[in-house]
Amino acid sequence: MRLSMDLELQDIPGQLLLALQPLKENKANIISVVHHRDHKTPRGMIPVRFVVEMDQSKIEQVKTKLRESGILVVRAGEDRFIEAVSVVLVGHVLDSDLGDTVSRIDSTGFAEVMDLALTMPGVDEPSSAYLKIRATGKNEIQKALTILREVGREKKLLVIEPIEAEAL
Amino acid sequence: MRDVRVSLVGFGVVGHGVVDVLSRKKKLLRDMGLNLKLVSVTDHTGTVLAEDGVDAEKILGERTLANVASSGMKGKEAISAIDSDLMIEVTPTNIVHGQPGLGHMEAALSGGKHVVTSNKGPLVVSYGKLKKLAEDNGVMLKFEATVGGTMPLISLVERTLVGNTINGIRGIFNGTCNYILTRMAEEGIPYTHALSEAQDLGIAEADPSYDVEGVDTAGKVVILANSLFGMDVKYSDVDVTGITGVTPEALALAKKRGYAIKLIGDVPALTVRPMLVPLGSPIAVSGTLNSAAIYTDLSGTITVTGLGAGSIETASAILTDIISIYRTKLIDAIF
Repeated sequence: MRLSMDLELQDIPGQLLLALQPLKENKANIISVVHHRDHKTPRGMIPVRFVVEMDQSKIEQVKTKLRESGILVVRAGEDRFIEAVSVVLVGHVLDSDLGDTVSRIDSTGFAEVMDLALTMPGVDEPSSAYLKIRATGKNEIQKALTILREVGREKKLLVIEPIEAEAL
Repeated sequence: MRDVRVSLVGFGVVGHGVVDVLSRKKKLLRDMGLNLKLVSVTDHTGTVLAEDGVDAEKILGERTLANVASSGMKGKEAISAIDSDLMIEVTPTNIVHGQPGLGHMEAALSGGKHVVTSNKGPLVVSYGKLKKLAEDNGVMLKFEATVGGTMPLISLVERTLVGNTINGIRGIFNGTCNYILTRMAEEGIPYTHALSEAQDLGIAEADPSYDVEGVDTAGKVVILANSLFGMDVKYSDVDVTGITGVTPEALALAKKRGYAIKLIGDVPALTVRPMLVPLGSPIAVSGTLNSAAIYTDLSGTITVTGLGAGSIETASAILTDIISIYRTKLIDAIF
């Protein structure tokens, strides 16, 4: 299971190593560590994001151990949405129930609309919307696009998808 | 020196370009060992016949052959009657029934003449049959100019990339749509305004539906699918959406996030639709340019771009096809 953790470390030597210790003990495979040395929090702490592959049942143990070491655990949990895709919709986006369009994606459980921008030039003119959708994986992105295509046909919306970088 | 008797059928914009280019390149062709003689030019009004080669200067000033025709022969009748080794077919395209080009090509191929064309219609309607007819008669059918104009695509895949497996081709195959979308994105102007601008510049036809509804691009998708992917598909197998629904607001929203909107043809997916293309991607070309990304197993992605239309540009692709027919023959003779 892929998990991500946002931690805050004190600005003293050895803290990163301290944070790694419980991960090592629980056999976590580290995917990435982003250490924001120059983005200190108002309290003077250093934010760090870990992405790890590990047994989810061990997460509480890791969190306890981290807290015992004086490390602040801001958030820890499943990093579900790892893929994202941009889509533009054109037509009567709002009148055709935009809320429903968004919830058709959100209700899947594997994808959600994370960003939405709408331009409405006039009452009777077609409006245009930009949607950013994130999902749990590449296949789920494709499934979300399939749903959106279906919605587009139903609501007479032009669905403009991104071109694939590689042949499918 | 090898004598090649060529007949040209169709004397519109491309036909004029062909007469011009063949005349300009006479010396280059002779240096290659080809004595290309344009023995006839035929259009819907009649035929100009010249055993020693048509005088380009004499006919290039004419819009049709009505005033200069030396014979009343037209179409299939002319093709069968005139003794030539190769026919260039550049009559107006019709993607529904392929005529009159289809009949012209059938007549030429059955008569043992090579065919070089820029006319999509007959290939979209009847590629398999034409190909077989060419094989049965021991002649070649070449059509580089039908897809992407002067942009090398078919010969690039068939010759240069031979040995690669082609996983797909995606690209911009219609300069008119690309011009309209480019102008809408640059100036924030509505579709109708960009279209009328394109019409004034001669980039779009008076009836633009063939281009803007994606019909032309879909025809090219069919040709690529049948000729390069060994598929057997028709126009109706392509899922087509044109650009008429694209708004300047959609282009602006996309641009803000780093995308252009382009009309993309996709083989073997058999789709034509407006898509988001990352700005800075090699296929995100502007204006009337065409582009194609070729996805291969060994060479990665190869991208080509070039002018998709134009009289001389299209004639250039036709010239390349003619030369390649005789070069291929030379290689066959050696080995």
